[in-house]
Amino acid sequence: MKLPALNNEAVRPAEMNRRDFFKSGAAVASVTLAPGVTLMAFGGEAHANADAGKRWGMLIDVNKCASDCNACVTACSNENGWKMDGNPETDAQWIRKVDLTHKQTGREASLPMMCQHCEEPPCVDVCPTGASFKRADGIVLVDKHTCIGCRYCMMACPFKARSFVHEEVEDQAAHAPRGKGTVESCTLCVHRVDKGGIPACVESCSATGHGAMMFGDLNDPASDIAIALKNYASIGLRDDLRLNPGVRYTNL
Amino acid sequence: MKRLIASLLIVFVSTVGGAFAGSLYPEIPKAVGAAHPEGNALMRINHMKMLRHDRDETMRLGNRDTQYSLAECVACHAVMGPDALPISVKEEGHFCRNCHEYAAVKIDCFQCHNSKPDEGFTALLAQRPAASKDEIAAYLDGVTQ
Repeated sequence: MKLPALNNEAVRPAEMNRRDFFKSGAAVASVTLAPGVTLMAFGGEAHANADAGKRWGMLIDVNKCASDCNACVTACSNENGWKMDGNPETDAQWIRKVDLTHKQTGREASLPMMCQHCEEPPCVDVCPTGASFKRADGIVLVDKHTCIGCRYCMMACPFKARSFVHEEVEDQAAHAPRGKGTVESCTLCVHRVDKGGIPACVESCSATGHGAMMFGDLNDPASDIAIALKNYASIGLRDDLRLNPGVRYTNL
Repeated sequence: MKRLIASLLIVFVSTVGGAFAGSLYPEIPKAVGAAHPEGNALMRINHMKMLRHDRDETMRLGNRDTQYSLAECVACHAVMGPDALPISVKEEGHFCRNCHEYAAVKIDCFQCHNSKPDEGFTALLAQRPAASKDEIAAYLDGVTQ
């Protein structure tokens, strides 16, 4: 069950090419305080580009998630401008609530399901045009400029996290373009993350007081999420597939 | 007789020529914000290259600070309808549509992107001052690479 370390670079140094290295370390200043003691200062970059040194992820505490609460789904819908048409076969599936009951014990659990932002995303493997891709910071996206709507990625995804836009869309949000004939999924609110924000679902979850969702950089050992992951048992869904999802669950 | 033919010819040419100049050339609506310092001619020739360059910058690399963006194009070049709200590309008179119909070039942008500006787009316009000549030169270098 234990997966490779969440730290991308430790496992796959080839992922970070020379250019990324210089980019992510472009503003690193080091000061030698005493022999053997070095102070490293990380300054801001001119651009808030996707940073190969980061890996954005989420930790969801299933115990804190209430089955009657839908705040994350509503927030996502409002933020990204997708709507439910009451037709489960064609509705957008950016995020949905799933209720589980353990067959033997009868324990009930409720959790939000969305793109798990895998380290080894099957949707990227199967995409014939390169539209499905993983950003340097681990966010898995669809480039709708090159998506031809073949839906291979929807078949490949073990989480059913992607959906196809069947009908023409109007009045899209400027930060979330979406249109007929392309596949879409959770973007981890990449437009917010690039500006230093957190995803809309996480924000709404803490606004309701449940605080079941936590967002942060898995590669930063000082981040809340990395500390929580270190201290508490968590699982990635379908760990048997060894996709190393960026979204992890505790108390499931 | 010759004089009559000549004068008739002049009248004919001037009316036909006038008709060409008046009706066939697209009427380009005035933009809301400051003019492009690099000039309209450059924009007319290169806007699609700039959009393509910036889309990859933003989508693939996550750079949300590009010099220009489609959202800003749509905001600054918004054409107001009779209800004083920006019109979409489906309505006649939309800025992009005017020229693209004239040139018979299909616009794919608005299959996914909104052709109307977001609410509060006037705030977007006020955010950024016009680019300096050096910035534009550097930007165009990036586009051609």
